[in-house]
Amino acid sequence: MTQSQSIDNIELSASSPNKIRFLRRKSVRKIVHAVFVYSLLIGIGILVLMPLSWMLTAALKGQGEPVYTLPASWVPTESFHWENFWKVLTNENYPLWRPALNTLMLVVLNIAGVLISNTLVAFAFARLDFPHKEFLFKLVILSMLMPGVVLFIPSFLLFNTLGWYGTYLPLWVGAFFGNSFYIFITRQYMRSFPKDLDDAARIDGCSRFGIYWRIILPLSKPVMTLMAVFTFMDTWNEFTGPLIYLNDPSKFTLSIALNYFRQSMFSGREPTTNLVMAAALLSVIPMLILYFLAQEQLIGGIASVGLKG
Amino acid sequence: MLERSRKWIFPSLEGQKRKEAFQAYLFLLPWIIGFIVFLLVPLGMAAYSAFTRWVLIDPPPRWIGLENFQAMFTEDKYFGWSLGITVKYMLMTLIPFMILGLALSILLNQKLRGMNFFRTVFYVPAVVSGVAVTLLFMNLLHPEFGAINSFLRSLGVADPPNWINSPDWALPAVAFMGLWGIGGGAIIYLAGLQNIPPHLYEAAKIDGANSWQQFWKITLPLLSPTIFFVLITGIIGSFQVFTPAYILGGVSRFGPGSKYLRFYLLHIYIKGFQQGRLGYASALAWILFFISAIVVFIIYNRTERFVYYEEEGKGNS
Repeated sequence: MTQSQSIDNIELSASSPNKIRFLRRKSVRKIVHAVFVYSLLIGIGILVLMPLSWMLTAALKGQGEPVYTLPASWVPTESFHWENFWKVLTNENYPLWRPALNTLMLVVLNIAGVLISNTLVAFAFARLDFPHKEFLFKLVILSMLMPGVVLFIPSFLLFNTLGWYGTYLPLWVGAFFGNSFYIFITRQYMRSFPKDLDDAARIDGCSRFGIYWRIILPLSKPVMTLMAVFTFMDTWNEFTGPLIYLNDPSKFTLSIALNYFRQSMFSGREPTTNLVMAAALLSVIPMLILYFLAQEQLIGGIASVGLKG
Repeated sequence: MLERSRKWIFPSLEGQKRKEAFQAYLFLLPWIIGFIVFLLVPLGMAAYSAFTRWVLIDPPPRWIGLENFQAMFTEDKYFGWSLGITVKYMLMTLIPFMILGLALSILLNQKLRGMNFFRTVFYVPAVVSGVAVTLLFMNLLHPEFGAINSFLRSLGVADPPNWINSPDWALPAVAFMGLWGIGGGAIIYLAGLQNIPPHLYEAAKIDGANSWQQFWKITLPLLSPTIFFVLITGIIGSFQVFTPAYILGGVSRFGPGSKYLRFYLLHIYIKGFQQGRLGYASALAWILFFISAIVVFIIYNRTERFVYYEEEGKGNS
């Protein structure tokens, strides 16, 4: 960029009328280009936001009011029944505050597990020397590449045999035993600090665990934030796990509770489309807030790692 | 005592080295246990159960040899069918989505003001994925009253598609949802684009290359690792489609739902959890395992390089 500008300056200092006309044409082209890019971006942006806006419109409709209108109402203009959100959380048939709390509990457990286990393991891979390191790290990469769904049935066989069916255990215990993708990104991150740090600390009499706890962990905050955000989102949106392992509606997590809530619509009871949309929107709001708060880490993280299936 | 056990575990190492190795394995312990208990053991159990008649309500599994695998081709109407649905979806979405995602990322990579804002907006669908979005699209795609069809009618389309109720349009309906989340893929390309050194473009400009030539000669070749990565995750992703198929297809705890949305993973679910045939479902899972193992094998041979690439990058920064 700077180079091409300096070339422009040289041409300008030559200042023949031809050159100036050429530059002017160039700046017109730049404006056309910008207008073109912006109109595409704005158009796509509207397309992206329209479904969410429809969801809000539908969620704010009153009981008995038509959700499907002709033409479709994409923006809330007439009805603002904010009490729908409250109704969804506290209604008598199936209040959703309970699944929301259940999910939150799983989120906390999973984040704790992910942060503890993966930083420990990544520390060994990044900062210590030991036999079979290469081989073990290859195993990490191999299992990272293996899609989780392959274990759909096998894990069920194990957890069912252990008697964990119908409990929350299958949904969080695994987090405490490392996840290859997180081990990989944490190790990449921890490798970037100079080795002298560890040596200096050792000379000062710091133990191995002390190096991990007092030096490497504080430096790894960015990658830990990234893992926490990813884990929050994954746990919050997780559908198959709760679907398979939970059988008691009072233990449901938000994702399957939403579906359950919708299905109870057909049995002729209360929830109608506006309430289902209110529930769906409620379930999405924490993710949106989290996203806007942690945007930089999230997108920056995806950018620096370039991997996230 | 501790020293003796260390010596016993690492006889070839000495002193500090031995201590370091021993401590390293303590740090690794969570992952080693997890690898054995949550990966090797389930795989072992699945290997055994694939050769058994293992029914949820009738516990002791009975050895039946290869019968499960035979049943896939003889008795199970939906084995080939669900693979077909999955592959059809893959063909429908993989390449178009890659091209669109790349185009979007190029758009986002323009050096103009406010790009961060658009980047934020486009990534929103990737954040809110899951049940809520599927429920939303279920309403938007409602054949009679849905907003999308009423929009199509206003454009003069007399007979808009029936979407999830139609054999031909059920899969495109799922693809439509995927299209909405395309910004997630674009971010990955964007990262790749921003890693391309700008001086290459400047040199090309001085040599008189136009933007089209720059795209084909610089952008595409240098982006190839990213493109390859997106391709592989896309293939694996097609085999992971579950939530939209489950909800849009109208599957419940008891009913199998629409056969036009019976993706492979959903078929495994129906066999294993609705019909309780865990042995057979394990056999089906092994097919999935081998398909992904082939994919993983291909990617692994490439990632070795990819991974070292990353490390070099980290070292410089």
